Amino acid sequence: MPDSIPTTAGRTATAENVSDGVGPDIASFTLENGLDVVVVPDHRVPVVTHMIWYRNGSADDPIRHSGIAHFLEHLMFKGTEKHPAGEFSKVVSALGGQENAFTSYDYTAYYQRVAREHLETMMEFESDRMANLSLDPAVVAPERDVVLEERRMRVETDPGAQLSEAMAAALYVHHPYGIPIIGWMHEIETLDREHALTYYKRFYTPENAILVVAGDVEPDDVRVLAERTYGKIAPHGERPKRVRPFEPEPRAMRRVAVADPRVEQPLMQRMYLTPSALTGTGRDSVALEVLAELIGGGPTSYLYRKLVLERGIAVNAGSWYMSSSVDDTRFAVYAVPTAEVSLEQLEEVVDFAIANIAAEALDDKSIERAKTRLIAETVYAADSQSSLARIYGSALAIGETIASIQQWPSEVDAVTREDLVSVAERYLIPRRSVTGQLRKAG
Amino acid sequence: MTIAVQPVSASPAKAERIITPAGIEVWHSRSDLVPLVSMSFVFEGGAAQDPHDRPGIAQMLSRLLDEGAGPYDSDAFQEKLADKAIELSFTASQDSLSGGLKTLLRHLDDAAELTRIAVAEPRFDADSIERVRGQIIAGIRYQMNDPGVMATKRYFAEGFGGHIYGLPNSGTQESVAAITRDDLTTMHGRLIARDRLKVAVVGALGEADVTRLVDGIFGGLPAKADLTPVPRVTLSGLGTRHVVDLDVPQSVIRFGLNGVARSDPDFTAAFVLNHILGGGAFTSRLFQEVREKRGLAYSVGTSLASYRACAMTWGFTATKNERVVEALEVIASEMARLKADGPDADELLKAKAYLTGSYALGFDSSTKIAQQLVQIAFEGLGIDYISRRNALVAAISAEDIARAAERTLGDGRMLVVVAGRPEGL
Repeated sequence: MPDSIPTTAGRTATAENVSDGVGPDIASFTLENGLDVVVVPDHRVPVVTHMIWYRNGSADDPIRHSGIAHFLEHLMFKGTEKHPAGEFSKVVSALGGQENAFTSYDYTAYYQRVAREHLETMMEFESDRMANLSLDPAVVAPERDVVLEERRMRVETDPGAQLSEAMAAALYVHHPYGIPIIGWMHEIETLDREHALTYYKRFYTPENAILVVAGDVEPDDVRVLAERTYGKIAPHGERPKRVRPFEPEPRAMRRVAVADPRVEQPLMQRMYLTPSALTGTGRDSVALEVLAELIGGGPTSYLYRKLVLERGIAVNAGSWYMSSSVDDTRFAVYAVPTAEVSLEQLEEVVDFAIANIAAEALDDKSIERAKTRLIAETVYAADSQSSLARIYGSALAIGETIASIQQWPSEVDAVTREDLVSVAERYLIPRRSVTGQLRKAG
Repeated sequence: MTIAVQPVSASPAKAERIITPAGIEVWHSRSDLVPLVSMSFVFEGGAAQDPHDRPGIAQMLSRLLDEGAGPYDSDAFQEKLADKAIELSFTASQDSLSGGLKTLLRHLDDAAELTRIAVAEPRFDADSIERVRGQIIAGIRYQMNDPGVMATKRYFAEGFGGHIYGLPNSGTQESVAAITRDDLTTMHGRLIARDRLKVAVVGALGEADVTRLVDGIFGGLPAKADLTPVPRVTLSGLGTRHVVDLDVPQSVIRFGLNGVARSDPDFTAAFVLNHILGGGAFTSRLFQEVREKRGLAYSVGTSLASYRACAMTWGFTATKNERVVEALEVIASEMARLKADGPDADELLKAKAYLTGSYALGFDSSTKIAQQLVQIAFEGLGIDYISRRNALVAAISAEDIARAAERTLGDGRMLVVVAGRPEGL
């Protein structure tokens, strides 16, 4: 999702293994208790990236408990029966490792980066908190305060972030992707230990998790260590089913605005409801990825050239598309007006530009350039074991396969002009959209 | 479990030093894992070279280098980059103007030529200048009421009033509006030269290719830079508090005091001490006392800043308006406690274990290696620094820490800036 100054950073990188043979040989297997394991070798430095991904995210928060997936992520650092609060972090630190965790709409992940000889220790601790989290009531309230401060930092002090929240809520009239990952303020305040443990017992099971190990490792060694640690956790039976309401077919164009006295630089955003890598049929999703790069991926993109260079009515313009999503997702366009131009004038030109994509934006050179950039990113990503671990983990956590990741560059290559016209005409239309304005109040 | 403080071991990256025929120093690390090349480079002199009445020139210069060069106007230049997915970018900070290039190996020749003209022959076309001017001003306006940005700006203004460091690197709306083409070409002529340039290249290239690459890109630049000496300065306003009034529910706090420079023999001890106080891990004193125990903040930390003309220890946190006073008290008391009692022996051992053990984690991609190498070169630490660094950390004693605490935690009087509506302040 976009930062407070809109950039191209909103796109989820699905760039993976390249079609010209560069990139590691991925190994994968499943333990008896259902834990999926992926190994991504990279022998450049004697370091491993150890990640566990749970197939649940904020979109799986129960009614009235928005933010519980994220709150649980915080609480996972607060102790098990065997290891009290903070001990895991102390050990990681003493071993010279770095760690963190994050929650998204569709998954929650925990990771450490350590020297390769400490991999088993990481697995011991991580598997322990997968099964044995025990929350001392005294730690829950301060951590809830931390989450409230986090929300204040990210949203309450930032009108741009408030606009993004309002847009998601308007784009999704029914699906929980319209609820912020961190939760609504008034619901975070009511989250407690019982909510967290209920959610934990439902989703934090070996069948529902994916272990990704990238770095200076051999798959067979990883298997042995995984069985010795994660393998000891009894299976729960079936992977929990995620039940989300689907979005109805959109009928109405929506508009939202955040007007705040602190805003000095107005901007506009537009979001369209579109299929994702999982819900899209045929080449729709990969075509939308190419289209996002083509119309708004940087200074040679269609929107930048038209709005910033040709017309001089914007200081910046771009687009992004979040393909990696279990359910229908968002395709965004943004523009920042020059000082003399109103948001209404800007929007008129944006609308005209989008309506004319088929006629004006899809020359061969532009299509080629967009594909080149997307495919090159897969080579660049292969340079970083952490990037590779994230790419595989996030794709598998939403339900893609290793094969689909590895085939992605050739699918990008196969996108035709007709594909691009087709997705633009079917999805970038007003009734599928919400338009947002950030403006100065008063 | 045994805590192991990593001694001098296998260096996390092996680098060779090359002096090219044009006299440019390059640090080179070969890596054939991925067919790409990553180059980082840095010119001495940045925003601190701006005239006092017109801050923002160096930064605007850095933003114009990829906006048209040689025979290509801005759009044509960007198209040449994008056609081959070549990534080229520039940025300016207080003391430097730096750049990064990332390219697939097969497009290296094109990437080199584009980099060469961006650095040596930027066009500064009128429409590019106006467009970038508008972008910079829009950025300044966008951040005008961001409490984090406002706290930092006020902190520098109070701490370095009258000195160039006290002015924002990006300039102000007024100063950026006044920058002329001559300002930009003059700054370019002053900064962009061979003698104060450092380069690092990482990738699937051998020494001969690297030499050719670097001289091809930078060899034609003027021999000598023309830099204005930046007067040494120390942080002012210790013991004072300043409030930037913003109608927000959460205040951002910036706090700091004088520190030790990168080249100071006590820097490593100060670095270890800072890690214990408020460095990156979840185990720091401030993380534990401010966040974990009291839930006062999501983010709290301290760091060492070493600029060419001064050094400081400074930190950051953000908490709701009602708890600002409490947060300041906890921070001050933790700093005083650490200075008075020092870390206990186990805490010091663990800090060193973390810092030595995690060092290799900063070297796991070509871009990170290139950036680390050029930073080490820029600080004049020597190409063997990477293999010496862990031994330096491992050798830090309790006495070293005590001395560093004396020099960097001082008498506890700090410059404090709060942006928000803090209660009781």
